[in-house]
Amino acid sequence: MLKTLTLCALVALAPPAFAHQPVTAGGLELTHGFTRATLPGAEVAGGFVTIRNTGATADRLTGGTAPFARAVELHEMSMQGDVMKMRRIEGGLEIAPGTVLELKPGAEHIMFMGLTQPLEEGKVVDVTLTFEHAGPVVVPLHVLEPGAKTGKH
Amino acid sequence: MQIRTEWIGLAAAALLAAAAGWFLLPAPRPDATGPDARAAIGKGDYVLTTTAGTPFTAASLTGHPSAVFFGYTHCPDVCPTTLGDITQWQEALGPRQGALRIWFVSVDPERDTPATLADYLSWSEGITGVSGTRAETDKALTSFAIYARRVGDDADYTMDHTAYVMLFDRTGDFVETIGYQEPIEQALPKLIRLLD
Repeated sequence: MLKTLTLCALVALAPPAFAHQPVTAGGLELTHGFTRATLPGAEVAGGFVTIRNTGATADRLTGGTAPFARAVELHEMSMQGDVMKMRRIEGGLEIAPGTVLELKPGAEHIMFMGLTQPLEEGKVVDVTLTFEHAGPVVVPLHVLEPGAKTGKH
Repeated sequence: MQIRTEWIGLAAAALLAAAAGWFLLPAPRPDATGPDARAAIGKGDYVLTTTAGTPFTAASLTGHPSAVFFGYTHCPDVCPTTLGDITQWQEALGPRQGALRIWFVSVDPERDTPATLADYLSWSEGITGVSGTRAETDKALTSFAIYARRVGDDADYTMDHTAYVMLFDRTGDFVETIGYQEPIEQALPKLIRLLD
């Protein structure tokens, strides 16, 4: 089992073999969506996606829903020295025109609370992100290995 | 020298936290009072329980080299990442890793029962979960000079916590740390030194 997981981890170092078809909504372009396979019994998981605002007006990511989680929140993880700090983001995240909001491990990210099912590596799960102007946007997240750090090539 | 740098990092983190008015738990830190404080790391009269049902005390760190990591199962990022790193260290060490005992101590015993921890770690080999009462956990946090703080009042609270892996020699003395996401090229020599 250990070997299998490690093998998965090594394989994951190679470029993930999935297409990054952008999801567009108004001026927003969402790419590189991924989450991580959960360890047994885990009740939370992080979600990661890159959101580019190609439009002329600012928008704001306010939250979302997922069929596999009781709640979807926005969190910020940061390291202060050797201490990991996790904070819930209140009021959403603004995406100014021409800017990119990168939700990624070790920074701002989506948090799935109260998982109702495990997330299995290799699958794709759809989540709905809610924007102030663009409204609800369904984005697929690829389920990568538990320690995945990026969904990019 | 590496250790010294980490101590400075710790001191900086403590200052930052204090400046922002955060409550620091526990008070003693490896950088606080010099060699005596350092020698006391991991020592103390805490009594926790392993996922195997055996007691975990300061004596558990003697007789073999140990790696100790503090975390919790509701941890979305640091803990799975570090557990993944640990399995890579184990693979890289090969047969030598058998001499190393690895402990995952919960900073969130209210949610991490021994059964929850055992399930969470069931995929791993050679990583033993440790949990206990809040009082004994707090004693252990103080003994290991680990910062841990609950954030949020509802059921979905998270825990801020020190994220490095602590290495102890076979006499139970603290040696050094492996930092969060420290590259395996740096982590492996530390482990090999520990096992030699």
